Amino acid sequence: MSNLEIHGRKGTLVTDDTAKDITRVEELAYDIRIGEVMTSDVQALTPDAPMSALLELMRTTRISGAPVIEDGSLVGIISLEDLIRALTANDLEAPVRKYMNPQVITLKDYDPVIEAMERFSKDKVGRFPVVDVNSRLVGMITKGDVTRGLLVSLQRDYQAEEVRRYRASHLFEDINSDRTSLILRYNIKAQDFINGGKASSDIKRALLRLGASPQIARRCGIAIYEAEMNLIIHTTNGGIIRVEIEPHRITMKTTDDGPGIADIKKAMQAGFTTATQQIREMGFGAGMGLVNIQRCVDEMSLQSSPNQGSRLEMRINLQPTESFRELSTKTTEEIKK
Amino acid sequence: MNLNQIREQLNLTLLTDTNPPETMPVSSVYTSDLLSCVMAGAKPSSVWVTLQAHMNVIAVATLLEISAVILTEGSQPDPAVLQKANEQGVTLLSTSETSFTVSGQLWELGLRAA
Repeated sequence: MSNLEIHGRKGTLVTDDTAKDITRVEELAYDIRIGEVMTSDVQALTPDAPMSALLELMRTTRISGAPVIEDGSLVGIISLEDLIRALTANDLEAPVRKYMNPQVITLKDYDPVIEAMERFSKDKVGRFPVVDVNSRLVGMITKGDVTRGLLVSLQRDYQAEEVRRYRASHLFEDINSDRTSLILRYNIKAQDFINGGKASSDIKRALLRLGASPQIARRCGIAIYEAEMNLIIHTTNGGIIRVEIEPHRITMKTTDDGPGIADIKKAMQAGFTTATQQIREMGFGAGMGLVNIQRCVDEMSLQSSPNQGSRLEMRINLQPTESFRELSTKTTEEIKK
Repeated sequence: MNLNQIREQLNLTLLTDTNPPETMPVSSVYTSDLLSCVMAGAKPSSVWVTLQAHMNVIAVATLLEISAVILTEGSQPDPAVLQKANEQGVTLLSTSETSFTVSGQLWELGLRAA
């Protein structure tokens, strides 16, 4: 975990290949705030304290530097090197003010850890005082704090995701029945554009949780999104999405109670739409919805007649290697290792 | 290429604050205002150029794992859309240029459809 590496990547081209190498650690360096990893129990000195007080502080607390505070505000920083200078000059009774560095670079507690990493590599300084939004000193940060903070988050992250995936992917293995399936239902309201895409996002996330491959989840997500938007745009009273997940296939059905499709053949043609001008202005009604669904699923059937509801059924068959049972066995083996 | 390089080169305004643009790789571009076409054509980690700025843009971008949406011709999302984008981690950028110009500039930077 070298900060130089991260620093060096800035401003260079990130190709597909290098993008894969952007590690979780680097992501975390952007995600975690300095306030989360800093030491908040700060030992500070006043500028009028003698250097011998610094010596004592360092001896008892084993820290290698401290902020200097006067009337509540940060006026300098003093470190082991400064103490050595005072010791060499046999000047331990001199005030801290004489040896401190008054030009203090501070970091903000709400900035991402990457800021601290960049400053450490740029300024060759071992520690920075951390201030809050009101410029009040709230902590100190060292390279050690950064490393520790990143490692802790990395581990927390890893454990949480492992547990979630492990539990979800075992669903099909731990329950014995002749035919096990998981059914997800969503009620979709007509004209509810604000929530359009919510059900499809939830379904996609559920599939990933269960161990589906990103490609399968993506195909389901696209197909369901189009079907969901059809319910929102075209139905009188909305409709229902029902997704049945079985170890070897995913079946998605939408049903509604009208107004129905006059000519299914025409509706299936690319570019054909019955959407109003207003809907088209929002970017819907390209006449591509059903075409997209057909492209994403293995089987599709659409039943409808005017003044009655429509039933759309979509199915994605999982290859033996993609099946949920297979996946869950694999995960178990990986975890056992 | 990352999103920050694109932001700098095209002088785009960053509207969201979830993902630092320099951490977001961009590998392709898709330009369209028709959501179903985007559904069919846009690749993961791509940039989507459109003048649509309503809520469903965020839903589409989330589902497709699109890196960022460039809103053209000065089109502005309303606060609810911005909030949703931040929640879902979809980066929104805006410009007064047309979709045509933005696409051309992205082409010049070496980006292609896929």
